[in-house]
Amino acid sequence: MRTKSMLVGVSTLLMSSSLMFAGTVSGKVTFTGTPAKPKTIDMSKEPSCAKQHATPLTTESVVTGPNNGLENVVVYVSSGAPDDGQVPAQAVTYEQKGCQYLPHVLPMHVNQELKITNEDQTSHNIHPLAKVNHEWNKSQPPGTPAISEKYEKAEFISVKCNVHPWMHGVFAVMNTNHYDLSKGGGAFKLPNLPPGKYTITAWHEDYGTQTADITITSNETKDVNFTFKAKAY
Amino acid sequence: MARLFAITIVVIAILSAIPILRHTWVAPEDISTHGALIDEQMSETMAEAGISFLAAQFILAFFVWKFSNRAPDAKLKKFPGGAKGLVIGALLVVGIEVMALGLFGVKAWANVYLDAPSANAMPVQVQAGQFAFYFRYPGVDGKFGGLHPELINEGSQNIFGLDPEHDVDARDDIVAAEMAIPVNKEIHLLMHAKDVGHSFFVRELRVQQDFVPGLDVSLHFTATKIGKYEIVCTQLCGLGHYNMKAYLEVMSQQDFDDWLKKQAGQ
Repeated sequence: MRTKSMLVGVSTLLMSSSLMFAGTVSGKVTFTGTPAKPKTIDMSKEPSCAKQHATPLTTESVVTGPNNGLENVVVYVSSGAPDDGQVPAQAVTYEQKGCQYLPHVLPMHVNQELKITNEDQTSHNIHPLAKVNHEWNKSQPPGTPAISEKYEKAEFISVKCNVHPWMHGVFAVMNTNHYDLSKGGGAFKLPNLPPGKYTITAWHEDYGTQTADITITSNETKDVNFTFKAKAY
Repeated sequence: MARLFAITIVVIAILSAIPILRHTWVAPEDISTHGALIDEQMSETMAEAGISFLAAQFILAFFVWKFSNRAPDAKLKKFPGGAKGLVIGALLVVGIEVMALGLFGVKAWANVYLDAPSANAMPVQVQAGQFAFYFRYPGVDGKFGGLHPELINEGSQNIFGLDPEHDVDARDDIVAAEMAIPVNKEIHLLMHAKDVGHSFFVRELRVQQDFVPGLDVSLHFTATKIGKYEIVCTQLCGLGHYNMKAYLEVMSQQDFDDWLKKQAGQ
């Protein structure tokens, strides 16, 4: 009994010390070259959606920010993360509003609850094109309750609406909670990483994947940057 | 009772013919050069079918009236010479009627489908997919780029599966979600389906044509009146069929040129 409580005590101490000495990976995702110009989306066939956008929406596959920053890149710890299997209790929400998916890329943990809402006055039919996970598509008329789903395996899933062909998004289902989505100037931050060796992966829906191996030794902030080559078409 | 039935048949037949004869429901305004032929064909068909319908109902009512109150022991009357001649006669009458409709209809049909479009007809491609129409214009080079279905990516709005990286012709192709055409200009409409069967129907144009997956269908027409008209899918194509529509904008040549320029800039 005594040994057990001692072990618990030591492991607690170790865990808290590892958090105390937790490091952070931060950096920027940028692109080189000239990306294709975003295309305007014509929603005239769905007036209730079109009128919600003062300026017409443009395609969101490639979203750039100042200083060649690349947004909507999922940066995550693909190996070495200490908390695999810890499913967050809180659900993530995917909104269909103005015939657009908000957010465009939704990161989540494997088995985390995913809530899909329809804020529009029109029916949507959400169809995530899962290949590893079970594929489904569900119709959601206006005013109906949120759809609740979860994915059992890690996968980057392209999402489309079977009613509105221009609607497109991504579910990024991962085996880790150490992830971030690059914003503004392409910045990302992965805090609370205990000392150890990690592989950091950056995934972009059009430009592919890049990885970087890093070692965190103490309470430090490691700078990791990713540069993708833009496609002109 | 049987006589009441006979009277009811006659009354229903006459009542149903009244709105047709009075032109209660008129077809929407015709905005095409070939539309008059289609309307004429529809009227002819309606007249033939209407006369046949009324005749059939009146004959039925007459027989019910005349032969219904037969005494139980009365001898059954047979058609003189048996029914064979009657059946052959009926087949001939119906056959001739259908043939005649076909022959009269040839000129309307040929006008849209069989005659080649004129050399300066403007090509517009329409792709139907669940549940939207998209239109493609060849751009300044006048050439459509090739189609690569594996490159279709609606997320980046590559609706047709173009390959501008390798295909020079595709680079200036203009893709739009609405169809704009200049007034009084012949349009050569090239149709294909991305997934299942659909239909392209514009009431005012008197054009209704199915998309058949795997087939390239084409037709040609000339719109004669500026305005905005609805293009709808009239072939049940799935859950969102009710919502599958687009707009046809018939514009002056100048407006059309401006529209095209604006689309090319997007």
